Amino acid sequence: MKSLKQVLGGDLRQFTMVGALIALLIAFEIASGGRMLTSSNFQNLLSGNAYVLILAIGMVMVIVIGQIDLSVGSVAGVVGMIVALTARDLNVPWWVALFIGLGVGMLIGAWQGMWVARIGIPGFITTLAGMLIFRGVVIWISGSISVPVPDEFRTLGSGYLPEWGPTFTQMNNSTLLLGILAIVALGWTQFRKYSRLSSMASEKPPLWPVVVRVVLIALVIGYLTWLFGSGRPGTSFPIPGLILVALVLVYSTITQRTRFGRHIYAVGGNRAAAALSGVDTKRVTFIVMANMSFLAAIAGIMFVGRATAAGPSDGTAWELDAIAAVFIGGAAVSGGIGTVTASMVGGLVMAVLNSGLSLMGVGADRTAVIKGLVLLAAVAFDVYNKEQGRPSILGRLFPKKEPVATAAEPAGSAPVAGKKG
Amino acid sequence: MGDARPILEMQHITKDFPGVRALDGVTMSVRTADIHAICGENGAGKSTLMKVLSGVYPHGTYGGAIVFDGQEVEFKGIKSSERAGIVIIHQELALIPELSIVENIFLGNEIVKNGLIDWDEARRRTLDLLARVGLSIDPSTPIKTLGVGQQQLVEIAKALSKDVRLLILDEPTSALNEDDSENLLNLMLGLKAKGITCLMISHKLNEIAAVSDAVTVIRDGKTVETYPVEAGAVDEDRIIRSMVGRSLENRYPEHTPTIGETIFEVRNWRVEHPTLPGRLICNDSNFTVKRGEIVGFAGLMGAGRTELARSIFGRSYGIFVSGEIFLRGEKVVLPNVRAAIRNGIAYVPEDRKTLGLNLLDSIKVTTVSANLDGILRRGLIDDAMEYEVAEGYRKSMRTKAPSVDVGVKTLSGGNQQKVVLAKWMFPDPDVLILDEPTRGIDVGAKYEIYRLIQELSDEGKAVVVISSELPELMGITDRIYTICEGRITGVVDTAEANQEQLMRMMTTTASMAR
Ligand SMILES: Nc1ncnc2c1ncn2[C@@H]1O[C@H](COP(=O)(O)OP(=O)(O)OP(=O)(O)O)[C@@H](O)[C@H]1O
Ligand SMILES: [Mg+2]
Repeated sequence: MKSLKQVLGGDLRQFTMVGALIALLIAFEIASGGRMLTSSNFQNLLSGNAYVLILAIGMVMVIVIGQIDLSVGSVAGVVGMIVALTARDLNVPWWVALFIGLGVGMLIGAWQGMWVARIGIPGFITTLAGMLIFRGVVIWISGSISVPVPDEFRTLGSGYLPEWGPTFTQMNNSTLLLGILAIVALGWTQFRKYSRLSSMASEKPPLWPVVVRVVLIALVIGYLTWLFGSGRPGTSFPIPGLILVALVLVYSTITQRTRFGRHIYAVGGNRAAAALSGVDTKRVTFIVMANMSFLAAIAGIMFVGRATAAGPSDGTAWELDAIAAVFIGGAAVSGGIGTVTASMVGGLVMAVLNSGLSLMGVGADRTAVIKGLVLLAAVAFDVYNKEQGRPSILGRLFPKKEPVATAAEPAGSAPVAGKKG
Repeated sequence: MGDARPILEMQHITKDFPGVRALDGVTMSVRTADIHAICGENGAGKSTLMKVLSGVYPHGTYGGAIVFDGQEVEFKGIKSSERAGIVIIHQELALIPELSIVENIFLGNEIVKNGLIDWDEARRRTLDLLARVGLSIDPSTPIKTLGVGQQQLVEIAKALSKDVRLLILDEPTSALNEDDSENLLNLMLGLKAKGITCLMISHKLNEIAAVSDAVTVIRDGKTVETYPVEAGAVDEDRIIRSMVGRSLENRYPEHTPTIGETIFEVRNWRVEHPTLPGRLICNDSNFTVKRGEIVGFAGLMGAGRTELARSIFGRSYGIFVSGEIFLRGEKVVLPNVRAAIRNGIAYVPEDRKTLGLNLLDSIKVTTVSANLDGILRRGLIDDAMEYEVAEGYRKSMRTKAPSVDVGVKTLSGGNQQKVVLAKWMFPDPDVLILDEPTRGIDVGAKYEIYRLIQELSDEGKAVVVISSELPELMGITDRIYTICEGRITGVVDTAEANQEQLMRMMTTTASMAR
């Protein structure tokens, strides 16, 4: 148990989720007779769900500050439609339309952020209003009909990386390069972190868990690289997936490693204490709400690219998928808890369920029932563990042998009177 | 003194949390109708023991046996212990501020007639209960309008509504002023006369001395000793000795201050109440603090000391009207908390749980939270640096915790306070305002916190200590300002001060001042 923990680096809950995801993949692979773990299925899975996962990135930040955003689907829809209309009617290049779309997303975000942060209307109400307003706007400006978008957007929504270089690799070389870069980068950060820690600690932490961890990471990424890269010629790791990965990296860094990120968690954990620690709680709320609409704009644009046209009902109920992903990822409704990476895992669980069930020929009706039950089960599991004070299912399977080993140390903490003076 | 038959016996109680053994075979016995005091250092396991007893931690999650009234009991939850007549009043008050007294008292035990709540009957009974605890207020008053002392009495009234036979009070007086505390202790004596047993956790040895019939001392999850006492004859030294394992000759460390020039000055400070326009909560307050000086703010609860401190700390309370702040001789404007922190002011709030801490955070994250710039490397938070800082404070302040990665929620009160202090020491401020820094803290840890305060002043910082305990202020400060109804009513050198004089100044009303 202890060595398992060392390898995983402590965060067992997240790895329980990853374990569940892998188990799900294997189960579907078997049940569908080997159609789950294929190049084309994985490529579809990623480019077909990238937009929801991007929404989940913003949503987890919103939920961490104790708010919720119900308008993301409508905002994505409105932005997609505006992009399509400007490209068609104003005769501007595709990238101008793209930037107009992102700008509209930011404006909408500023509008909602203002109501929540400055005026103090709860996010639930502000964005419920936003959901109605922006859905209305989409139908209004589109006249209820679909509008095609320029071909360039297809690259964003469902494109592939270029082919180049030698053919003996037997796969798409762009994907291969990405995979190698990812392994090197992850390995390098792990070892650097280790050397920083060991240069500080009085006794050197063991090296082997880091090595095992890096090897495991390399194996997983290697497998995924092969899976994505070895598909039909002309296919590769999908571009929407690449956008997603880039955003996940950026937002993980923001939430975990910057001052602003700490402020987000502080506002969600205890607003009053955060304010007394020098956090501008209104500014944090404003930025997080505004950022959500910005990401919704990106998601909306990617979606119309994939669909090749913007429709009046695009984005309907996306907010629910995004919120579900965040809560399956272990976020707390009361705020203060939740991470970008865990929400991605949560979102992937949903995506794999969708894909696997449809491979097995399960209809949308029953898929919805199953997804609902999975959401309940995942959150119930969290609640149960919290109540029991137990960290995870792994903790229960491998009970600790030395429960009081650490407690012996504070014995020396009795105050020493009169040391001074 | 109660009769000799024990109403409660706890045998070899053990309780583990992840990484910590909170209780390690506690055995104690309580006689019927006694007031039984439980003492021990912060983190000794007192609250945990009481939670085991009252079913907060249900049977099966702890080891050992509880015998109540001659029968072994296995409580499944608070409800089942209440049915047996054991009621606990927690360290943190558990009333709902928005609801009225009567609603709070019968919350969870509503009197139902024909499927509807019988409010008339509830009110009648509430009046009765309030009379028993000596409160004469309208039962429909919302809790949030009551002072802490009155809320505490409502908690007891609530306990009495449940036919209590054993009442557990976890640090009942830690947030009360002297009058309210005395009132509460008298009430406990009254309950005892009616045959109700009280178990009281307290860090205030004088209160234990005043009312208790027996004392049990717990250290590191074990019973150190338990003995009956003649009322009024508790040996405080003996308790301290068994609590901390040796005797403390002095409650307050010796200290020779090195006082420099004035570095912090507030002039003509006027602040309005946040919701009642026109009402001044700080009225023309003037005070100065010198480098290396420890200044005390004395006053009754509600005198406006916290309000004064928080309005100075980046206008985080009330509506600023007028006034000036001088730091190191220069006038500064501090419109928000960030500006105050940047200018080298720190304010450690009185209420750790609601204002000082994010209970979801670890020790590590809390320690650096007021000075994230201090752990940035190329704009990003450096994990290793963060760990080093937090671990450094944990060691130097002797915070009792398995590691800096554990949540502050799991720490005992005293250790939480140390973490909050570390959080405000890390920005390295020039002026530290400490609001009730030793509330709910054991004698040993108090001594350490006093020493920390003195060390900070020796580093040339100006320290302001707000405290409701006059002996504490007399023990550690160099100068004391008295505050009454939002006004500073006087200032004395601590060396020349005496309690009676301070009390007089603390109750001088506005018209009589100067
Ligand atoms: N929920 C919990 N999870 C983990 N550890 C806990 C938890 N509750 C208490 N502890 C640990 O158990 C020990 C005893 O805590 P307890 O609250 O009983 O102390 P206490 O004697 O009441 O202290 P204080 O005087 O500060 O209130 C402490 O070391 C504390 O950190
Ligand atoms: Mg306690």
